[in-house]
Amino acid sequence: MNIVVLVKQVPDTWSERKLTDADHTLDRESADAVLDEINERAVEEALKLQEAHGGEVTVLAMGPDRATEAIRKALSMGADKAIHVSDAALHGSDVLATAKVLAKAIGTVEGVDLVIAGNEATDGRAGAIPAILAELLGLPQVTQVRKVEIDGTTVKAERETEEGVAFLEATLPAVVSVTEKINEPRYPSFKGIMAAKKKKVDTLSVADLGLDPAEVGLTGAWSSVLEAAPKPPRSAGQRVEDDGNGGAQIAEYLVGQKLI
Amino acid sequence: MSEVLVLVDHIDGEVKKVTFELLTAARRIGEPSAVVVGTPGTAAKVRDALARYGAAKVYAAESEDAVTYLTTPKVDALATLAGSASPAAVLISATVEGKEVAGRLAARLNSGLLVDVVDIDADGVGTQSIFGGAFVVKAKVGNGLPVITVRPGGVEAEEADGAAAEAAVELPAVDAAKSARITGREQIVGGDRPELTEASVVVSGGRGVGSAESFAVVEKLADTLGGAVGASRAAVDSGYYPHQFQVGQTGKTVSPQLYIALGISGAIQHRAGMQTSKTIIAVNKDAEAPIFEIADFGVVGDLFQVAPQLTEAVAKRKG
Ligand SMILES: Cc1cc2nc3c(=O)[nH]c(=O)nc-3n(C[C@H](O)[C@H](O)[C@H](O)COP(=O)(O)OP(=O)(O)OC[C@H]3O[C@@H](n4cnc5c(N)ncnc54)[C@H](O)[C@@H]3O)c2cc1C
Repeated sequence: MNIVVLVKQVPDTWSERKLTDADHTLDRESADAVLDEINERAVEEALKLQEAHGGEVTVLAMGPDRATEAIRKALSMGADKAIHVSDAALHGSDVLATAKVLAKAIGTVEGVDLVIAGNEATDGRAGAIPAILAELLGLPQVTQVRKVEIDGTTVKAERETEEGVAFLEATLPAVVSVTEKINEPRYPSFKGIMAAKKKKVDTLSVADLGLDPAEVGLTGAWSSVLEAAPKPPRSAGQRVEDDGNGGAQIAEYLVGQKLI
Repeated sequence: MSEVLVLVDHIDGEVKKVTFELLTAARRIGEPSAVVVGTPGTAAKVRDALARYGAAKVYAAESEDAVTYLTTPKVDALATLAGSASPAAVLISATVEGKEVAGRLAARLNSGLLVDVVDIDADGVGTQSIFGGAFVVKAKVGNGLPVITVRPGGVEAEEADGAAAEAAVELPAVDAAKSARITGREQIVGGDRPELTEASVVVSGGRGVGSAESFAVVEKLADTLGGAVGASRAAVDSGYYPHQFQVGQTGKTVSPQLYIALGISGAIQHRAGMQTSKTIIAVNKDAEAPIFEIADFGVVGDLFQVAPQLTEAVAKRKG
């Protein structure tokens, strides 16, 4: 069971830039927290499957130097080796370009049975990357799953969306994305942290992957931002202390707004 | 006028509200063509509803496989039509699955993707509300056929007469080695309540609700208002309410006419999922709770006093 785990999706560069312009650092931190958390769950699931079925776990990250942190974390949890796609040409890559690069990088790993990724924040613009990877790699899409198991050459999973739960079955190799309900990630042990330092991290450039820099990054982006502005913060409206009449006051407000 | 393809969201022949919103948005750009992917007979069932919202054409991409394989039949149907109908744009609802279909379609057609727009104009310029509503961005697809996902609740649905002329679309055979098969489904156990992302009213409970049993207070208010029930992650993690109802950055994004937060502090990750709601009401016993910063109307008080009183007042008005 050879598994490639994707960690740390490429940052959504243009929106980040806008955020730093406006110095909304808090938002960025919270966005990063989400990525780290779901990454670890993806790594955890890969390690569990490896424990049960053997094979090798390769971590794959694309992005600037910042991505090395996520790679180290995954390696100290127990992943075997890593690939880091890092190239200035990737700056500003959109969802489709990112998926293209990741698909190429997955192609450099031999005998892949499973690609596992986090589902990423559902309001994130990149929520579709695992599905796009399935499209580009020509593999079954087993995404948004809260439970996954391998039975011979079949992967079985429970997908959870707005519509409820769907039970999925596909033949390996396949692309899996996990939700935050999949597991509780382990903490790296001291031994794991020490061992991680000796693990192999291959750094690849866009050219190494046989891609034309014009296909990726800002020049390769197929949609462009015309304008971006911080939204005037939603201002606080009326606020009252409940004096035993709070519920009735809300009702009055809703009537005034023609909401009831 | 060019066609604009709209992927129809339906469950067993019942069209979801977001589809009417998409048809309304499509009319601004061109002539809406509804694309129905389902088992044989589905298009006939939904045709009237689609006509009411201005669908000029209804494409029926029907087969038994259409519902037994995940996303690929939808991508196949849209890709086929992208070739034959030369549409001006493709609109898909920005649900979890809709975003996946859109991403795959854009990759297959090698065309541009615009994700999760809350509004769209006649030139196909989409408005996006990103980072939990902190930024408003206007963006446009530069090359190829624009594939656009539209957030449920973003555009208000307006009725219009449409001819809804039916045309069949041949679906290619599914390649089982490249697709995931759906072996079973469990619908969400929301009873008669509207779906969370579709509802015009959402009543959510947080850790302040205190227990699974007490969530009845939240449910009663939601039912009286004809709304859906949501929950904060703290409420979900504490086991008060099932995960599929979580609102926020790692849960559902909702944009209802009315959002009522009961016993929710208003953490940034929660706000990310509800900040584009039209009207926000908050009940919290802590006057300093950040939820009040974004509430149009807030009551500092005990939700167990305030919510039942509100439920009663609403019920009385409805008679
Ligand atoms: C990576 C990441 C992702 C996350 N994703 C999400 C997400 O998708 N959705 C989400 O909601 N959170 C998410 N969170 C968690 C978020 O940070 C908050 O912890 C969470 O939203 C808090 O939920 P809460 O408001 O219910 O609980 P608390 O913050 O504990 O607030 C409870 C509130 O109830 C009030 N209260 C208590 N009793 C009463 C009463 N009787 N009457 C009235 N008020 C009362 C209290 O004053 C308090 O303000 C995420 C966090 C991280 C790190």
